[in-house]
Amino acid sequence: MDIAEAPARAPRTAAAYKSSYKPIWCPGCGDFSVLSSVTKALAQLDLAPENVAVVSGIGCSSRIPAYTTCYGFHGVHGRALAAATGLKVARPDLTVLVTGGDGDGYSIGGNHFLHACRRNVDLTYVVMDNHVYGMTKGQPSPTTEPDWDSKLSPGGTGVRAFHPLVIALASGANFVARAFSGDPNGTADIIAQAIRHPGFSFIEILSPCVTFRPEQRDWKDAVHPAPVEATDDPARAARRIMTDDGFNLGVLYMGNRAPYKGYPAPARAGIADLETEFAL
Amino acid sequence: MSTDATVSLDAFFAAAIAMEEEAAQRYEEFADAMDSHNNAEVASMFRRLAAVEARHADELMAQRGWTALPLLPRIAFEGFEGAETAQADAVHYLMTPWHVLSLALVNEERAVRFFDQLAKSTTDEAVRRAALEFKAEEEEHVALVREWMGRVEKPPVDWAVDLDPPRYTD
Repeated sequence: MDIAEAPARAPRTAAAYKSSYKPIWCPGCGDFSVLSSVTKALAQLDLAPENVAVVSGIGCSSRIPAYTTCYGFHGVHGRALAAATGLKVARPDLTVLVTGGDGDGYSIGGNHFLHACRRNVDLTYVVMDNHVYGMTKGQPSPTTEPDWDSKLSPGGTGVRAFHPLVIALASGANFVARAFSGDPNGTADIIAQAIRHPGFSFIEILSPCVTFRPEQRDWKDAVHPAPVEATDDPARAARRIMTDDGFNLGVLYMGNRAPYKGYPAPARAGIADLETEFAL
Repeated sequence: MSTDATVSLDAFFAAAIAMEEEAAQRYEEFADAMDSHNNAEVASMFRRLAAVEARHADELMAQRGWTALPLLPRIAFEGFEGAETAQADAVHYLMTPWHVLSLALVNEERAVRFFDQLAKSTTDEAVRRAALEFKAEEEEHVALVREWMGRVEKPPVDWAVDLDPPRYTD
Protein backbone atom coordinates (compact mmCIF):
# COMPACT_ATOMS: atom_id res chain seq x y z
CA MET A 1 0.00 0.00 0.00
CA ASP A 2 1.23 3.46 -0.83
CA ILE A 3 2.13 5.44 2.24
CA ALA A 4 -0.16 8.22 1.10
CA GLU A 5 -3.05 5.75 1.15
CA ALA A 6 -2.29 4.39 4.62
CA PRO A 7 -5.04 5.20 7.05
CA ALA A 8 -4.10 7.78 9.67
CA ARG A 9 -3.32 6.20 13.04
CA ALA A 10 -6.01 6.82 15.60
CA PRO A 11 -4.76 8.89 18.52
CA ARG A 12 -3.84 6.79 21.54
CA THR A 13 -6.33 6.58 24.38
CA ALA A 14 -5.49 6.45 28.07
CA ALA A 15 -6.02 2.69 28.01
CA ALA A 16 -2.96 2.33 25.74
CA TYR A 17 -0.73 3.35 28.64
CA LYS A 18 -2.24 1.08 31.29
CA SER A 19 -0.59 -2.30 31.82
CA SER A 20 -2.42 -5.50 32.71
CA TYR A 21 -1.02 -5.50 36.26
CA LYS A 22 -3.66 -4.71 38.84
CA PRO A 23 -2.67 -2.13 41.44
CA ILE A 24 -2.42 -3.46 44.97
CA TRP A 25 -3.22 -0.12 46.59
CA CYS A 26 -5.93 0.01 49.24
CA PRO A 27 -9.38 0.50 47.72
CA GLY A 28 -10.13 4.22 47.76
CA CYS A 29 -6.47 5.26 47.61
CA GLY A 30 -5.89 8.50 45.71
CA ASP A 31 -3.07 6.90 43.74
CA PHE A 32 -5.59 5.07 41.52
CA SER A 33 -6.74 8.42 40.19
CA VAL A 34 -3.20 9.69 39.78
CA LEU A 35 -2.42 6.64 37.65
CA SER A 36 -5.49 7.48 35.61
CA SER A 37 -4.30 11.10 35.27
CA VAL A 38 -0.84 10.02 34.13
CA THR A 39 -2.32 7.81 31.40
CA LYS A 40 -4.75 10.56 30.35
CA ALA A 41 -1.91 13.09 30.14
CA LEU A 42 0.17 10.76 27.98
CA ALA A 43 -2.87 10.22 25.75
CA GLN A 44 -3.39 13.98 25.47
CA LEU A 45 0.18 14.28 24.23
CA ASP A 46 -0.17 11.10 22.12
CA LEU A 47 3.32 9.96 23.12
CA ALA A 48 4.42 6.49 22.07
CA PRO A 49 4.70 4.37 25.25
CA GLU A 50 8.13 3.17 24.14
CA ASN A 51 9.33 6.77 24.14
CA VAL A 52 8.32 7.36 27.74
CA ALA A 53 10.09 6.16 30.88
CA VAL A 54 8.49 6.19 34.33
CA VAL A 55 11.04 6.11 37.13
CA SER A 56 10.23 5.69 40.81
CA GLY A 57 11.68 4.98 44.21
CA ILE A 58 10.00 3.05 47.02
CA GLY A 59 6.57 3.38 48.55
CA CYS A 60 2.93 2.80 47.65
CA SER A 61 2.90 5.45 44.92
CA SER A 62 6.26 4.29 43.59
CA ARG A 63 4.55 1.22 42.20
CA ILE A 64 3.18 3.24 39.29
CA PRO A 65 5.81 2.23 36.67
CA ALA A 66 4.56 -1.36 36.70
CA TYR A 67 1.02 -0.21 36.05
CA THR A 68 1.93 1.57 32.82
CA THR A 69 2.98 0.22 29.43
CA CYS A 70 5.88 2.67 29.29
CA TYR A 71 9.44 1.74 30.15
CA GLY A 72 9.72 1.61 33.91
CA PHE A 73 12.43 1.69 36.54
CA HIS A 74 11.39 0.90 40.11
CA GLY A 75 14.55 1.98 41.85
CA VAL A 76 16.11 2.52 45.23
CA HIS A 77 14.35 4.41 48.02
CA GLY A 78 14.72 8.16 47.48
CA ARG A 79 16.94 7.77 44.44
CA ALA A 80 14.38 8.00 41.66
CA LEU A 81 15.49 11.50 40.69
CA ALA A 82 19.13 10.46 40.49
CA ALA A 83 18.31 7.55 38.20
CA ALA A 84 15.96 9.67 36.11
CA THR A 85 18.53 12.45 35.75
CA GLY A 86 21.05 9.97 34.38
CA LEU A 87 18.48 8.48 32.05
CA LYS A 88 17.34 11.83 30.65
CA VAL A 89 20.88 13.11 30.11
CA ALA A 90 21.86 9.87 28.37
CA ARG A 91 18.62 9.58 26.40
CA PRO A 92 17.27 13.09 25.86
CA ASP A 93 14.86 11.74 23.27
CA LEU A 94 12.81 10.03 26.00
CA THR A 95 10.05 11.71 27.98
CA VAL A 96 10.96 10.93 31.57
CA LEU A 97 8.40 10.99 34.37
CA VAL A 98 9.45 10.50 37.97
CA THR A 99 6.84 9.35 40.45
CA GLY A 100 6.82 8.79 44.19
CA GLY A 101 5.54 9.80 47.56
CA ASP A 102 6.32 12.40 50.18
CA GLY A 103 8.52 10.12 52.28
CA ASP A 104 10.52 8.88 49.33
CA GLY A 105 10.87 12.32 47.78
CA TYR A 106 11.24 14.70 50.68
CA SER A 107 12.96 12.61 53.34
CA ILE A 108 15.01 9.74 51.98
CA GLY A 109 15.39 11.54 48.67
CA GLY A 110 15.32 15.09 50.01
CA ASN A 111 18.84 15.89 48.92
CA HIS A 112 18.19 14.62 45.40
CA PHE A 113 15.02 16.70 45.29
CA LEU A 114 16.92 19.93 45.98
CA HIS A 115 19.57 19.23 43.41
CA ALA A 116 17.19 17.97 40.75
CA CYS A 117 15.40 21.32 41.02
CA ARG A 118 18.74 23.13 40.86
CA ARG A 119 20.04 21.18 37.86
CA ASN A 120 16.83 21.74 35.92
CA VAL A 121 17.08 18.63 33.76
CA ASP A 122 13.95 18.21 31.60
CA LEU A 123 12.03 15.85 33.92
CA THR A 124 8.50 15.82 35.27
CA TYR A 125 8.38 14.90 38.94
CA VAL A 126 4.98 13.81 40.28
CA VAL A 127 4.78 13.48 44.05
CA MET A 128 1.69 11.85 45.54
CA ASP A 129 1.61 13.50 48.93
CA ASN A 130 -0.52 11.92 51.65
CA HIS A 131 1.47 13.22 54.63
CA VAL A 132 2.25 9.70 55.86
CA TYR A 133 4.37 6.63 55.20
CA GLY A 134 1.58 4.30 54.10
CA MET A 135 3.51 1.25 52.97
CA THR A 136 5.31 0.91 56.30
CA LYS A 137 2.11 1.33 58.31
CA GLY A 138 1.59 4.96 59.11
CA GLN A 139 4.68 6.72 60.38
CA PRO A 140 4.77 10.53 60.12
CA SER A 141 6.48 11.82 56.99
CA PRO A 142 8.15 15.17 56.30
CA THR A 143 4.81 16.74 55.31
CA THR A 144 2.87 15.41 58.31
CA GLU A 145 1.31 18.09 60.44
CA PRO A 146 3.23 18.55 63.73
CA ASP A 147 0.16 17.82 65.85
CA TRP A 148 -1.02 14.68 64.01
CA ASP A 149 -1.69 12.27 66.85
CA SER A 150 -1.21 8.59 66.08
CA LYS A 151 -0.15 5.44 67.88
CA LEU A 152 3.26 5.76 66.28
CA SER A 153 3.63 9.44 67.19
CA PRO A 154 1.57 10.05 70.33
CA GLY A 155 0.71 13.72 70.61
CA GLY A 156 2.29 14.43 67.24
CA THR A 157 5.91 14.90 66.28
CA GLY A 158 5.96 18.59 67.13
CA VAL A 159 8.13 19.07 64.06
CA ARG A 160 7.31 21.71 61.47
CA ALA A 161 6.07 20.25 58.18
CA PHE A 162 8.22 20.46 55.05
CA HIS A 163 6.88 22.87 52.41
CA PRO A 164 7.73 21.14 49.12
CA LEU A 165 6.41 23.78 46.73
CA VAL A 166 8.39 26.65 48.15
CA ILE A 167 11.48 24.46 48.52
CA ALA A 168 11.17 23.46 44.85
CA LEU A 169 10.80 27.08 43.84
CA ALA A 170 13.75 28.24 45.92
CA SER A 171 15.88 25.39 44.58
CA GLY A 172 15.27 26.28 40.94
CA ALA A 173 12.40 24.11 39.65
CA ASN A 174 11.15 25.56 36.37
CA PHE A 175 7.48 24.60 36.81
CA VAL A 176 5.66 24.27 40.10
CA ALA A 177 2.06 23.10 40.46
CA ARG A 178 -0.35 21.61 42.96
CA ALA A 179 -3.06 19.12 41.97
CA PHE A 180 -5.60 16.87 43.68
CA SER A 181 -6.12 13.20 42.94
CA GLY A 182 -9.89 13.62 43.24
CA ASP A 183 -9.77 15.81 40.12
CA PRO A 184 -8.24 13.34 37.65
CA ASN A 185 -9.00 15.39 34.54
CA GLY A 186 -7.61 18.60 36.00
CA THR A 187 -4.56 16.70 37.21
CA ALA A 188 -4.06 15.16 33.75
CA ASP A 189 -4.07 18.64 32.22
CA ILE A 190 -1.42 19.81 34.68
CA ILE A 191 0.77 16.74 34.07
CA ALA A 192 0.54 17.28 30.29
CA GLN A 193 1.44 20.93 30.75
CA ALA A 194 4.38 19.96 32.96
CA ILE A 195 5.69 17.47 30.40
CA ARG A 196 5.49 20.09 27.66
CA HIS A 197 7.28 22.71 29.76
CA PRO A 198 11.07 22.51 29.39
CA GLY A 199 13.23 21.91 32.43
CA PHE A 200 12.43 20.40 35.81
CA SER A 201 8.68 20.35 36.44
CA PHE A 202 7.39 19.58 39.89
CA ILE A 203 3.79 18.63 40.65
CA GLU A 204 2.64 18.10 44.19
CA ILE A 205 -0.53 15.98 44.06
CA LEU A 206 -2.61 15.78 47.21
CA SER A 207 -3.49 12.08 47.21
CA PRO A 208 -5.40 10.89 50.28
CA CYS A 209 -4.35 7.80 52.22
CA VAL A 210 -7.73 6.37 53.21
CA THR A 211 -6.15 3.75 55.46
CA PHE A 212 -3.90 5.76 57.75
CA ARG A 213 -5.26 9.26 57.17
CA PRO A 214 -9.00 8.73 56.62
CA GLU A 215 -9.65 12.36 57.53
CA GLN A 216 -8.01 13.26 54.21
CA ARG A 217 -11.25 12.23 52.49
CA ASP A 218 -12.31 15.78 53.42
CA TRP A 219 -9.68 17.25 51.11
CA LYS A 220 -12.21 17.13 48.29
CA ASP A 221 -14.15 19.85 50.11
CA ALA A 222 -11.06 21.90 50.91
CA VAL A 223 -9.36 22.14 47.53
CA HIS A 224 -10.11 25.00 45.14
CA PRO A 225 -8.63 26.41 41.94
CA ALA A 226 -5.82 28.91 42.42
CA PRO A 227 -7.45 32.33 42.06
CA VAL A 228 -4.63 33.67 39.87
CA GLU A 229 -2.77 32.65 36.70
CA ALA A 230 0.69 31.10 36.84
CA THR A 231 3.50 33.62 37.08
CA ASP A 232 7.08 33.55 35.80
CA ASP A 233 8.21 35.75 38.67
CA PRO A 234 9.66 33.52 41.40
CA ALA A 235 9.31 36.18 44.10
CA ARG A 236 5.60 36.59 43.38
CA ALA A 237 5.13 32.81 43.19
CA ALA A 238 6.93 32.39 46.53
CA ARG A 239 4.67 34.92 48.23
CA ARG A 240 1.58 33.18 46.88
CA ILE A 241 2.75 29.72 47.86
CA MET A 242 3.87 30.77 51.33
CA THR A 243 0.61 32.51 52.09
CA ASP A 244 -1.95 30.17 50.55
CA ASP A 245 -3.96 27.63 52.52
CA GLY A 246 -2.23 24.59 51.05
CA PHE A 247 -5.24 23.68 48.91
CA ASN A 248 -4.79 26.01 45.93
CA LEU A 249 -4.83 23.88 42.79
CA GLY A 250 -3.18 24.77 39.51
CA VAL A 251 0.08 25.82 37.96
CA LEU A 252 1.66 28.27 40.37
CA TYR A 253 4.95 29.02 38.65
CA MET A 254 6.26 28.64 35.09
CA GLY A 255 9.85 29.77 34.72
CA ASN A 256 11.90 30.22 31.60
CA ARG A 257 15.29 28.89 32.66
CA ALA A 258 17.00 26.80 29.99
CA PRO A 259 17.17 23.11 30.98
CA TYR A 260 20.47 21.40 31.68
CA LYS A 261 21.30 18.99 28.88
CA GLY A 262 24.62 17.54 29.98
CA TYR A 263 27.85 17.44 28.07
CA PRO A 264 28.00 16.33 24.44
CA ALA A 265 28.01 12.54 24.28
CA PRO A 266 31.51 11.06 24.17
CA ALA A 267 32.43 8.51 21.51
CA ARG A 268 30.57 5.32 22.33
CA ALA A 269 32.73 2.65 23.98
CA GLY A 270 32.62 -0.85 22.54
CA ILE A 271 32.26 -4.10 24.49
CA ALA A 272 36.00 -4.70 24.17
CA ASP A 273 36.76 -1.31 25.69
CA LEU A 274 34.48 -2.06 28.62
CA GLU A 275 36.02 -5.50 29.16
CA THR A 276 39.48 -3.90 29.20
CA GLU A 277 38.38 -1.23 31.65
CA PHE A 278 36.84 -3.71 34.08
CA ALA A 279 39.42 -6.50 33.70
CA LEU A 280 40.66 -7.80 37.06
CA MET B 1 -19.35 20.03 30.00
CA SER B 2 -21.38 22.30 32.20
CA THR B 3 -25.11 22.53 32.04
CA ASP B 4 -24.96 25.87 30.26
CA ALA B 5 -27.61 26.96 27.81
CA THR B 6 -25.48 26.99 24.66
CA VAL B 7 -24.33 23.38 24.44
CA SER B 8 -24.70 21.86 20.95
CA LEU B 9 -26.19 18.44 20.25
CA ASP B 10 -22.79 17.02 19.28
CA ALA B 11 -21.23 18.41 22.45
CA PHE B 12 -24.10 16.93 24.42
CA PHE B 13 -23.52 13.46 22.99
CA ALA B 14 -19.75 13.74 23.38
CA ALA B 15 -20.24 14.65 27.03
CA ALA B 16 -22.71 11.84 27.58
CA ILE B 17 -20.29 9.33 26.07
CA ALA B 18 -17.40 10.69 28.13
CA MET B 19 -19.60 10.42 31.21
CA GLU B 20 -20.33 6.74 30.54
CA GLU B 21 -16.68 5.97 29.75
CA GLU B 22 -15.42 7.63 32.92
CA ALA B 23 -18.00 5.80 34.99
CA ALA B 24 -16.93 2.50 33.40
CA GLN B 25 -13.28 3.25 34.05
CA ARG B 26 -13.90 3.99 37.73
CA TYR B 27 -15.91 0.77 38.18
CA GLU B 28 -13.05 -1.15 36.50
CA GLU B 29 -10.59 0.42 38.93
CA PHE B 30 -12.79 -0.64 41.82
CA ALA B 31 -13.06 -4.17 40.40
CA ASP B 32 -9.29 -4.41 40.11
CA ALA B 33 -8.88 -3.19 43.68
CA MET B 34 -11.40 -5.72 44.96
CA ASP B 35 -9.74 -8.54 43.03
CA SER B 36 -6.45 -7.59 44.64
CA HIS B 37 -8.12 -7.70 48.05
CA ASN B 38 -9.77 -11.05 47.46
CA ASN B 39 -13.32 -9.70 47.50
CA ALA B 40 -14.32 -11.62 44.38
CA GLU B 41 -18.09 -11.18 44.63
CA VAL B 42 -17.86 -7.40 44.84
CA ALA B 43 -15.19 -7.32 42.13
CA SER B 44 -17.52 -9.22 39.84
CA MET B 45 -20.36 -6.75 40.50
CA PHE B 46 -18.16 -3.77 39.75
CA ARG B 47 -17.02 -5.51 36.57
CA ARG B 48 -20.69 -5.94 35.54
CA LEU B 49 -21.45 -2.29 36.22
CA ALA B 50 -18.39 -1.27 34.19
CA ALA B 51 -19.59 -3.41 31.30
CA VAL B 52 -23.04 -1.80 31.42
CA GLU B 53 -21.60 1.73 31.35
CA ALA B 54 -19.18 0.82 28.55
CA ARG B 55 -22.04 -0.65 26.54
CA HIS B 56 -24.01 2.56 26.93
CA ALA B 57 -21.03 4.51 25.62
CA ASP B 58 -20.71 2.17 22.62
CA GLU B 59 -24.43 2.48 21.87
CA LEU B 60 -24.23 6.26 21.91
CA MET B 61 -21.18 6.18 19.63
CA ALA B 62 -23.09 3.97 17.20
CA GLN B 63 -26.15 6.20 17.44
CA ARG B 64 -24.07 9.18 16.32
CA GLY B 65 -22.15 7.13 13.75
CA TRP B 66 -18.88 7.97 15.47
CA THR B 67 -15.96 5.54 15.46
CA ALA B 68 -13.62 7.39 17.81
CA LEU B 69 -13.89 10.09 20.41
CA PRO B 70 -10.24 10.67 21.32
CA LEU B 71 -10.56 14.06 22.96
CA LEU B 72 -13.24 13.69 25.55
CA PRO B 73 -14.77 16.88 26.87
CA ARG B 74 -14.76 17.82 30.53
CA ILE B 75 -17.94 16.71 32.24
CA ALA B 76 -17.68 17.80 35.84
CA PHE B 77 -20.99 17.94 37.69
CA GLU B 78 -21.50 18.28 41.46
CA GLY B 79 -17.77 17.84 41.97
CA PHE B 80 -14.72 17.30 39.83
CA GLU B 81 -15.92 14.36 37.78
CA GLY B 82 -18.73 13.23 35.53
CA ALA B 83 -22.25 12.89 36.85
CA GLU B 84 -22.17 9.09 36.82
CA THR B 85 -18.65 8.56 38.14
CA ALA B 86 -18.37 7.03 41.60
CA GLN B 87 -16.21 8.95 44.05
CA ALA B 88 -12.76 7.38 44.10
CA ASP B 89 -12.72 6.97 47.87
CA ALA B 90 -16.20 5.45 48.20
CA VAL B 91 -14.98 1.88 48.59
CA HIS B 92 -13.74 -0.43 51.33
CA TYR B 93 -12.03 -3.79 50.97
CA LEU B 94 -14.76 -5.47 53.05
CA MET B 95 -17.69 -3.86 51.28
CA THR B 96 -20.61 -6.06 50.31
CA PRO B 97 -22.85 -6.31 47.22
CA TRP B 98 -25.38 -4.08 49.00
CA HIS B 99 -22.74 -1.35 49.28
CA VAL B 100 -21.96 -1.69 45.57
CA LEU B 101 -25.59 -1.12 44.72
CA SER B 102 -25.88 1.79 47.15
CA LEU B 103 -22.92 3.37 45.39
CA ALA B 104 -24.43 2.73 41.96
CA LEU B 105 -27.71 4.27 43.13
CA VAL B 106 -25.99 7.49 44.19
CA ASN B 107 -24.33 7.71 40.78
CA GLU B 108 -27.50 7.03 38.81
CA GLU B 109 -29.43 9.59 40.84
CA ARG B 110 -26.73 12.16 40.18
CA ALA B 111 -27.01 11.41 36.46
CA VAL B 112 -30.77 12.04 36.64
CA ARG B 113 -30.12 15.45 38.21
CA PHE B 114 -27.52 16.23 35.57
CA PHE B 115 -29.82 15.58 32.61
CA ASP B 116 -32.71 17.27 34.38
CA GLN B 117 -30.67 20.42 34.91
CA LEU B 118 -29.42 20.30 31.33
CA ALA B 119 -32.95 19.94 29.96
CA LYS B 120 -34.05 22.93 31.99
CA SER B 121 -31.13 25.16 31.06
CA THR B 122 -30.64 24.51 27.34
CA THR B 123 -32.10 26.79 24.70
CA ASP B 124 -31.65 24.15 21.97
CA GLU B 125 -34.79 22.07 21.46
CA ALA B 126 -32.92 19.02 20.14
CA VAL B 127 -30.62 19.04 23.17
CA ARG B 128 -33.59 19.44 25.49
CA ARG B 129 -35.34 16.43 23.95
CA ALA B 130 -32.18 14.33 24.15
CA ALA B 131 -31.56 15.38 27.76
CA LEU B 132 -35.11 14.42 28.74
CA GLU B 133 -34.71 11.07 26.98
CA PHE B 134 -31.46 10.40 28.82
CA LYS B 135 -32.99 11.52 32.08
CA ALA B 136 -35.79 9.00 31.60
CA GLU B 137 -33.21 6.26 30.94
CA GLU B 138 -31.30 7.15 34.07
CA GLU B 139 -34.54 7.07 36.05
CA GLU B 140 -35.08 3.53 34.74
CA HIS B 141 -31.60 2.65 35.98
CA VAL B 142 -32.42 4.10 39.38
CA ALA B 143 -35.52 1.91 39.55
CA LEU B 144 -33.55 -1.15 38.44
CA VAL B 145 -30.87 -0.62 41.06
CA ARG B 146 -33.50 -0.10 43.78
CA GLU B 147 -35.21 -3.30 42.72
CA TRP B 148 -31.88 -5.13 42.73
CA MET B 149 -31.11 -3.80 46.22
CA GLY B 150 -34.34 -5.31 47.43
CA ARG B 151 -33.02 -8.74 46.51
CA VAL B 152 -29.65 -8.30 48.21
CA GLU B 153 -28.99 -8.89 51.87
CA LYS B 154 -28.28 -5.79 53.91
CA PRO B 155 -24.86 -5.89 55.60
CA PRO B 156 -24.62 -6.28 59.38
CA VAL B 157 -23.64 -3.20 61.35
CA ASP B 158 -20.16 -4.57 61.97
CA TRP B 159 -19.44 -5.32 58.32
CA ALA B 160 -16.18 -3.34 58.38
CA VAL B 161 -14.79 -5.05 61.48
CA ASP B 162 -11.79 -7.21 60.60
CA LEU B 163 -10.37 -9.24 63.44
CA ASP B 164 -7.24 -9.87 61.42
CA PRO B 165 -6.77 -6.60 59.56
CA PRO B 166 -4.18 -6.39 56.83
CA ARG B 167 -2.92 -3.09 58.16
CA TYR B 168 -2.92 -1.68 61.68
CA THR B 169 -0.69 0.49 63.76
CA ASP B 170 -0.79 -1.15 67.19
